Amino acid sequence: MAIPRFWRETPSRYNLFASKCGNCGEVHFPPRFVCPSCHRKSIGRMESIKLCGTGKILSYSVVHDAPEDFEMQKPYIIAIIEMKDGVRLTAPIIDCDEPDIGIGTEVEATFRKLGEEGKAGVIHYGYKFRRMNRTPPEK
Amino acid sequence: MRDVAIIGIGETEFGELWNKSFREIGIEAGLRAIEDAGITSQQIDALYIGNMSAGKFIEQEHVAPLVADYSGLADMHLPSIRVEAAGASGGVALATGYMAVASGMYNIVVVGAAEKMTDVGDRQALQILSATADQEWESVFGATFPSLYAMMARRHMHVYGTTREHLAAVAVKNHKNGSLNPHAQYRREISMEMVLNAPPVATPLGMFDCAPLSDGGAAVVLCPLDRAKKFTDTPIRILGSGIATDTLALHNRRDICTMDATVIAGKRALHQAKRTPKDVNVAEVHDNFTIAEIMAVEDLRFFEKGKGGPATEEGLTALNGEVSVNTSGGLKARGQPVGATGVAQAIEIVRQLRGEADKRQVDDATMGLTHNVGGTGATAVVHIFERGD
Repeated sequence: MAIPRFWRETPSRYNLFASKCGNCGEVHFPPRFVCPSCHRKSIGRMESIKLCGTGKILSYSVVHDAPEDFEMQKPYIIAIIEMKDGVRLTAPIIDCDEPDIGIGTEVEATFRKLGEEGKAGVIHYGYKFRRMNRTPPEK
Repeated sequence: MRDVAIIGIGETEFGELWNKSFREIGIEAGLRAIEDAGITSQQIDALYIGNMSAGKFIEQEHVAPLVADYSGLADMHLPSIRVEAAGASGGVALATGYMAVASGMYNIVVVGAAEKMTDVGDRQALQILSATADQEWESVFGATFPSLYAMMARRHMHVYGTTREHLAAVAVKNHKNGSLNPHAQYRREISMEMVLNAPPVATPLGMFDCAPLSDGGAAVVLCPLDRAKKFTDTPIRILGSGIATDTLALHNRRDICTMDATVIAGKRALHQAKRTPKDVNVAEVHDNFTIAEIMAVEDLRFFEKGKGGPATEEGLTALNGEVSVNTSGGLKARGQPVGATGVAQAIEIVRQLRGEADKRQVDDATMGLTHNVGGTGATAVVHIFERGD
């Protein structure tokens, strides 16, 4: 895949830049061009803001059957995270095993390698999440 | 708008069809449907071709004229239109063909759908299916298609108390139905233990929670209801057709335990049909994963939210239960040639309503429903059918 495809997403993948509607104040991640609540009133009024980087696990799965690019990492944990800023995103949970996490576990963003373009290609980076502290998972 | 009926059905076998190419599969299904309808190819006004990803599976785009060409129709210069909506390609192709006949634009329309998935390896096929999720914000981070459904399952278990056994009961039921269907890819029953002990794919889902990769094609012939009796004694009327969409990425949905697109598409189709979910005796729903059937029977309002698992375990969705769900074996056992699924579902409902479903015939089947999903629920399409004679 062409390098610009990864390069143009770096503000959001490196630094969690989101958009905030200048009309209603709603935050969206990844950034949106149009606010789904305000429609045309939001055009030209979307501002860029940085997410705080912490949130809670909404749901997760341990991936055993992985695509080629993730073969070396399996089994790995993938999760939907509800960020403190109110938005949700999908990211791997790293530096822990399944018994250490659950729905509700508090996690924080960290900067890691996401993948590479073949053996000699460009490496691309972005957010992954890790546990913030040892809050026991909700049962 | 005119009333529309299905007057002919045709399908290939579903499975690993090593000896058949994409074009052979598409044409075989189409020719059978034409034969079943008793029409000649000269009577066809237009073709609608449901296909998800020939570009990635066989590196061939532009498959609508290809199918017309190899069906021997090139000289007729027919309008032939490909419809893509991920796993809902077949259902949306049916909806599009339905609109073309209902509007009066065309009289006889063939809706064909085909997918050739086994010319690539399993891992590549998984990657292609994952491309129906959000590539930039899900797949890039390692979310696979099964793992997204697994996250719906985990959350559903957490919120509603759905159990691993409830999920497994879907696969057991659908394999049982598949064992009665000579057209099914898998015609063997499986036990609860087999499902629970299968290797994990993406927890909590294991191998038997996932529908297979299949080659296969399916086609139906549509015409205005008032002309249908010329071709068949048992026309099946399309009473309602509803399409809905939602956010592409699962994490952006209002609630990951509900497919709002299914809820809305179902309401639209039933509203048009002037019917309620209680009127439906037989339904083919999108069970690409076991959790998907549980959510579908809730979102289509057959059962209350959160009660889909217990209802399945109690047998309320079994053959001749409260509503017979996936009598064909569903995607799980009949097979899942992705883009062809929606049309294959309609074929099963036509067989049930004609009374031709043999060992898996639902008693007094009068009204049927199909439910076809694209991606993780970014597209859903629902159709309602009844006897038109």
